[in-house]
Amino acid sequence: MDRVSLVFVSHSADIVKGLKALLYEMQPAVSIGIAGGEEGGGIGTNAFDIKAALESVHSPKGTVILFDLGSALINAELAIEMLDDPSNIRIADAPILEGGYSAVVEAGFGSDVGKVVEAAEKAKEMQKVHRS
Amino acid sequence: MNLTVKTTISWLEKFDEKIQVNKDLLTDLDQAIGDGDHGINMSRGLTEVMKTLESKSFQTIGDLIKGVAMTLIGKVGGASGPLYGSAFLKMGAKIGAKEQLSDEELLEALKEGEQAIIQRGKASVGEKTMVDVWSPLLEDFSQETHINWEDLKVAAHEKMTGTKDLHAKKGRAAYLGARSVGHIDPGAMSSYLLFESLAETMMEGENNNG
Repeated sequence: MDRVSLVFVSHSADIVKGLKALLYEMQPAVSIGIAGGEEGGGIGTNAFDIKAALESVHSPKGTVILFDLGSALINAELAIEMLDDPSNIRIADAPILEGGYSAVVEAGFGSDVGKVVEAAEKAKEMQKVHRS
Repeated sequence: MNLTVKTTISWLEKFDEKIQVNKDLLTDLDQAIGDGDHGINMSRGLTEVMKTLESKSFQTIGDLIKGVAMTLIGKVGGASGPLYGSAFLKMGAKIGAKEQLSDEELLEALKEGEQAIIQRGKASVGEKTMVDVWSPLLEDFSQETHINWEDLKVAAHEKMTGTKDLHAKKGRAAYLGARSVGHIDPGAMSSYLLFESLAETMMEGENNNG
């Protein structure tokens, strides 16, 4: 079964590496690409790295990008524009961890790219602590 | 004076010098209202741009500017890499295979760069970003067919210092809200240095030509 792929973009290489490991445990069937940090280990994001991550997990069903902060979005948009085939790639407006968790579950079901984005974005409303 | 491949290189060399000299200032400005990496990022980016200029030869201004764009996108983290990179990319595309540019053509190319920054950063005038130098400055000179570069330099400086009174709405500074007032925007400062470098390069060229 074709599944939507996910790409995680963070200012930190360690954040996306850890996130990928966490999500793989949850749903190993979904391809996850990561782009984090700058060359030399610095904090930052790089459009060419994001482009490579998108290409590495290309799926005919589409790819959803989740990112952490500001310039990660700017570089993700630039990376999409640089692709030969930018169709079916969506950026989710979602918290990277909770949104990623919801997205990997939804993508695991074989849902389409719109449904995966929706699941990721719903994570913004997730209540984590239920106070009495 | 028309901009040529040679004067474009002089412009970028001057920009590099100013960025390296003002690295700590850019960092201080960014530490006040951002994440404190603007000086380091611009310094590294321009060092890489100088390496690109040394290692390759460019026949047209468009190719040169595009080469600069790819270096900035690949080597500069933070928002400044993709923003300056996108600006140079669009400027390079607009200039194309030309070997020299009149003031009017140069303004048109810079205008493309401004539009790329606005589109990529989704910022508008008054939000305390580099747009607050690019947009009003190019607007002031939009009708000129022969630019007085001293005037442009002075105007760019005014736009840059004007960001001090603005309330940040974009980037990391937006988290500070009203507390961002009173600080010059670091991206506006580096943009000022870019235009100051251009103006000085053009003035030197005019003086040399008598």
